[in-house]
Amino acid sequence: MTDVTAAPTPAAAKAVVGRSLWGDAWARLKANKAAMISLYYLVFMAVICVVGPYFVPHLYTTIYPDYVRTAPSFSPYPRAETIETSLGDAVKRMRVDIKEWHQEGDRVFVTVTSSKKVDERNVRYLERSDAFDNVTIDSTSPDGLEMVMSASVKQQYFLFGTDNVGRDLLSRTLMAGRISLAIGLLAGIVAVVIGVIYGATAGFIGGKTDEIMMRIVDVLYSLPFIFFVIMLVVFFGRNFILMFLAVGAVLWLDMARIVRGQALSIRRQEYVQAAEAMGVSTRGIVRRHVIPNLLGPVVIYMTLLVPQVILLESFLSFLGLGVQEPMTSWGVLISAGAKNIGTANWLLLFPAFFLVSTLFALNFIGDGLRDALDPKDR
Amino acid sequence: MSTPETVLSVNDLRVRFRTLDGVVEAVKGINLKVGAGETVAIVGESGSGKSQTMMAAMRLLASNGEATGSVDYRGRNLLTLSKSGLNEVRGRKITMIFQEPMTSLDPLYTIGNQLIEPIQRHRKLGAAAAREEALKLLKLVKIPDPERRMKSYPYEMSGGQRQRVMIAMALANDPDILIADEPTTALDVTIQAQILTLLAELQQKLGMAIVFITHDLGIVRRFADRVYVMRQGEVVEEGVTEAVFSKPTHPYTKMLLSAEPTGRKAPPAPNAPILLQGRDVEVVFKIGGGFLAGDPMLLRAVDRINIALRKGQTIGIVGESGSGKSTLGRALLRLLGSEGSIRFENRDISKADKGDMRPLRRELQLVFQDPFGSLSPRMTVGQIITEGLLVHEPSLSAKQRDARACEALEEVGLDPIMRNRYPHEFSGGQRQRIAIARAMILKPKVVVLDEPTSALDRSVQKQIVELLRKLQKDHDLSYLFISHDLAVVRAMADYLIVMKQGKIVEEGMTDAIFDNPREEYTQTLMAAAMDPTKFRLSA
Amino acid sequence: MLLYVLRRLLTAIPTLFVIVTLAFFLMRVAPGGPFNQERGLSPEIRANLEAQFGLGDPLWLQYVNYLNNLLHGNFGPSYNLPDFTVTELFAAGLPISAQLGASALILALLLGSMLGIIAALNQNKVGDYTVIAIATAGSTIPTFVIAPVIQLVFGLTWHLLPIGGWGDGALLNKIGPILTLALPQMAIVARLMRGSMIESLRSHHIRTARAMGLSDWSVVVKHALRGAVLPIVSFAGPAAAALLTGSVIVETIFSIPGVGRYFVEAALNRDYTLVMGTVVVIAIFTILFNLIVDIMYAVVDPRVRYD
Repeated sequence: MTDVTAAPTPAAAKAVVGRSLWGDAWARLKANKAAMISLYYLVFMAVICVVGPYFVPHLYTTIYPDYVRTAPSFSPYPRAETIETSLGDAVKRMRVDIKEWHQEGDRVFVTVTSSKKVDERNVRYLERSDAFDNVTIDSTSPDGLEMVMSASVKQQYFLFGTDNVGRDLLSRTLMAGRISLAIGLLAGIVAVVIGVIYGATAGFIGGKTDEIMMRIVDVLYSLPFIFFVIMLVVFFGRNFILMFLAVGAVLWLDMARIVRGQALSIRRQEYVQAAEAMGVSTRGIVRRHVIPNLLGPVVIYMTLLVPQVILLESFLSFLGLGVQEPMTSWGVLISAGAKNIGTANWLLLFPAFFLVSTLFALNFIGDGLRDALDPKDR
Repeated sequence: MSTPETVLSVNDLRVRFRTLDGVVEAVKGINLKVGAGETVAIVGESGSGKSQTMMAAMRLLASNGEATGSVDYRGRNLLTLSKSGLNEVRGRKITMIFQEPMTSLDPLYTIGNQLIEPIQRHRKLGAAAAREEALKLLKLVKIPDPERRMKSYPYEMSGGQRQRVMIAMALANDPDILIADEPTTALDVTIQAQILTLLAELQQKLGMAIVFITHDLGIVRRFADRVYVMRQGEVVEEGVTEAVFSKPTHPYTKMLLSAEPTGRKAPPAPNAPILLQGRDVEVVFKIGGGFLAGDPMLLRAVDRINIALRKGQTIGIVGESGSGKSTLGRALLRLLGSEGSIRFENRDISKADKGDMRPLRRELQLVFQDPFGSLSPRMTVGQIITEGLLVHEPSLSAKQRDARACEALEEVGLDPIMRNRYPHEFSGGQRQRIAIARAMILKPKVVVLDEPTSALDRSVQKQIVELLRKLQKDHDLSYLFISHDLAVVRAMADYLIVMKQGKIVEEGMTDAIFDNPREEYTQTLMAAAMDPTKFRLSA
Repeated sequence: MLLYVLRRLLTAIPTLFVIVTLAFFLMRVAPGGPFNQERGLSPEIRANLEAQFGLGDPLWLQYVNYLNNLLHGNFGPSYNLPDFTVTELFAAGLPISAQLGASALILALLLGSMLGIIAALNQNKVGDYTVIAIATAGSTIPTFVIAPVIQLVFGLTWHLLPIGGWGDGALLNKIGPILTLALPQMAIVARLMRGSMIESLRSHHIRTARAMGLSDWSVVVKHALRGAVLPIVSFAGPAAAALLTGSVIVETIFSIPGVGRYFVEAALNRDYTLVMGTVVVIAIFTILFNLIVDIMYAVVDPRVRYD
């Protein structure tokens, strides 16, 4: 290949557009199947967590006392064999007796008797039951001691089952995902912002300032991490927004170290020396040389930080220190699941699957980004 | 010349690498033969596949590499041999030394341990006997104080000594063939000469064949009986060394042979004004020290140097690594703190701070050795070249800057339509042109060229040297040309300074020093770099 | 070397002092106190209790007293478990936590290293991908998922292991907690080992060893592994300190009477002495293991010298 490509073109009007390192990285990422599948999965997960709760017919706070710890199923509740119990429960609350009941299609007819006059308002007990709605009084005996009521069987789906107090696990899991993802992003951004500013300052100023700043980081490192977090919980109470800003403020240490190291090494690069030799100001060097070259490691670390934050949130919630009822997060759900593992294992398995698969996806994306931005490692 | 028995023959060897950008064929079906006791050189520039050929033969390719064809050693095909069969040959019959003396030995074991291991493995000797053998080898490669060195770790030895240990290791089992992959490239020129002499002596004593992989035609001429010229994975020419050198047939070989920079630079008029002058320039580095670590060690990198650069002059500064030549260049540009006085156009700038220096920066430019490290990887070539204009001609519009970038690129022989590309899309020589354009766009008066050709292939070096000379003539520039490469310096500089350990050993007009070096150190340097007969071997 | 160890231990004292001071005052500026939660207490009794523990004194005096006690090896009484001193609690719980932690660490180091080496030797092949999958799973599945899943599968479904409890240290009771503790660490070790082994195998001196016809065993174990083990060593120090001082998650889920649970409980109950005790113990472990790491470095790498 010859290097001389002398071109007589007069101040060529058009220029070939080159492919930047970012373009290269994007092409490499697109070729990485695991990372791309993970990316799609993560987008899918975010969408169903944000939008999903509006489409699930149950609110995450609604309690169905009749359906405590109902197993997940594709077929609707109530089941044929449980209709009688639900009916019995409701009628018992009316303080009347069942004389006879039968089902025609999706309507249930029940004849009740009592020693006293049967009050018409008793229908509300049937209405209140989670199994029935559209209750009507079909006929009353002339003496008022007997009454025929009918009600539609209310068909409800609990695809993920219900929890200890009878709340739909699907809507709770999606809601929890919203919270967990939001916290991960929020605290991740806080950590990155603090870490980048701190690390870049230390790395760029260097000398004594750098030494002191990094010594502070060392001291903070040597304090048990969980001590920090618990102190924050103690200070901020259980206001989760504040707390997770604080959690982000704890996780910045690694970021600061990485950024400082990078800033130091970029400063030693010859292209920075070249800029200095041209008289470029410190601001110009930071803007044109340091920041663009720092971006890669920051992006990589950020994708690895978000799962860390989500994990930390789950951990705190698991300990009962994080998100508080009735608000929920994957950690809260898993904690409840772990306690009911003998009787209702779906309470553990569904949220755990959501959490773990999301963390997997984030990790694969992080790894993919690292390979794409820093292909030397492969 | 009688034809010796062929010990190694490479037939239709192909080497492919799977990379992120697809499969790359590094060696494209080549044939080689090595006779017993013969010295064969494989010569080529970077990317010619010369190293990968022998790596493939030794089955040392990186894990993404794959070789087809055959490599026969006395009837055994090394490419298909079983692992244990292969290890009967490797290290015993065929051995190899490498380009990187600093990293080729295991840092965690002593020299003795590393020497003894292959001896024990291949010759089934007892520990004591193997130790004796290792000691003998260290004496053979002339390592001083071999008893003590047996217990040394590699980090305690210099590069030249490590390369001697590598040679000792390679010769431990009396091999048939020694493959030497650029064994002296990473070493200083005087050490290079010593290692080459040693190899020559050992070959005469032990009679093994040597396959010499190199980019250095000087070494080939001195050393090889036969030569293969490789280019882009193919052998373009082969033959007896003298024949190839005197009557090259392939245009590429011709180009390589004429790649040595030629011509001389005439000195400037004696009354040309002095632009940049240093008096008693001194740079001291502190090593170690700090909190609780005691007093730092002082290293006098530049020791009271006097220098005066006239308009239109090129001063060459030569010296081996650690001589302080680069430090001096940076100190004169006030990129490093120094003692003594530095004057630019009769103005004392030795106390000037960053702000004072800024307007002067456009007059005083610097070009680096490494064209890969000195260009910001995330900026386009246009942005890189025009960065200085942002500082020194802030009134220019984006359009005007773009026009200036086109001009500058054309001046260094690059097509301006490439200005929106990124540095990684260019070859080493093109990148160095970009770096030169970045300096030239500011229309400087003095340019410090810090080994601008050392990272480049010989043929590209010549082009860069010619470019620099043309630019000097066109713009009446003054150069400070720092290099360890005497051939390039001779073609570039009219005045020469020889440095050693921070001091000037000798200085004077370039031709005078080359023709008649006075100091012993200069003589050694010249002899090592220039004398082609000193290491000549078999006829 | 001995001198170096002594010097390191001496410089550990100011570090420890800073940590103790920071923890003490952080704890104290937090709102609430040890006896606020117990609602049944009448103000008089509360005042009495606080006086008994010296909580009425000015803060600086309490701090001085605490330091003084600490210097005499006295961690003080626990406020919320009034029948025990902090020292007694640690004497009972630390051996249990340390035993589980040490077993888990050893398991993680051995298995993780093996997996990492297998992956590195089969880079970008099936073996490698399998190990990467295992490692990714191990480092993404949180302990509070692993532990109940182990309970569910091995305890409730297959009835192989007890669901929880210490069982006076019966082997079967330890398996669940040790596995839970070891799995994530093993994943990290495997990843680290894979990376550093790949790098080590690519280094020039390995090429030399191969070119000299040394056996695969010598190339991999003698030359590549020794250089590759350094990142594992630096990982193992902090990991040991964390594992040996107990895990709140594992000890809660498996009902293990270790010291891991104390921290969270004590901090929430403002059991000042117990929190401080835990901080000091963790800090001492951390400092000690970091020292061991540095000594190990010098053992593995002759270039590292401390004189």
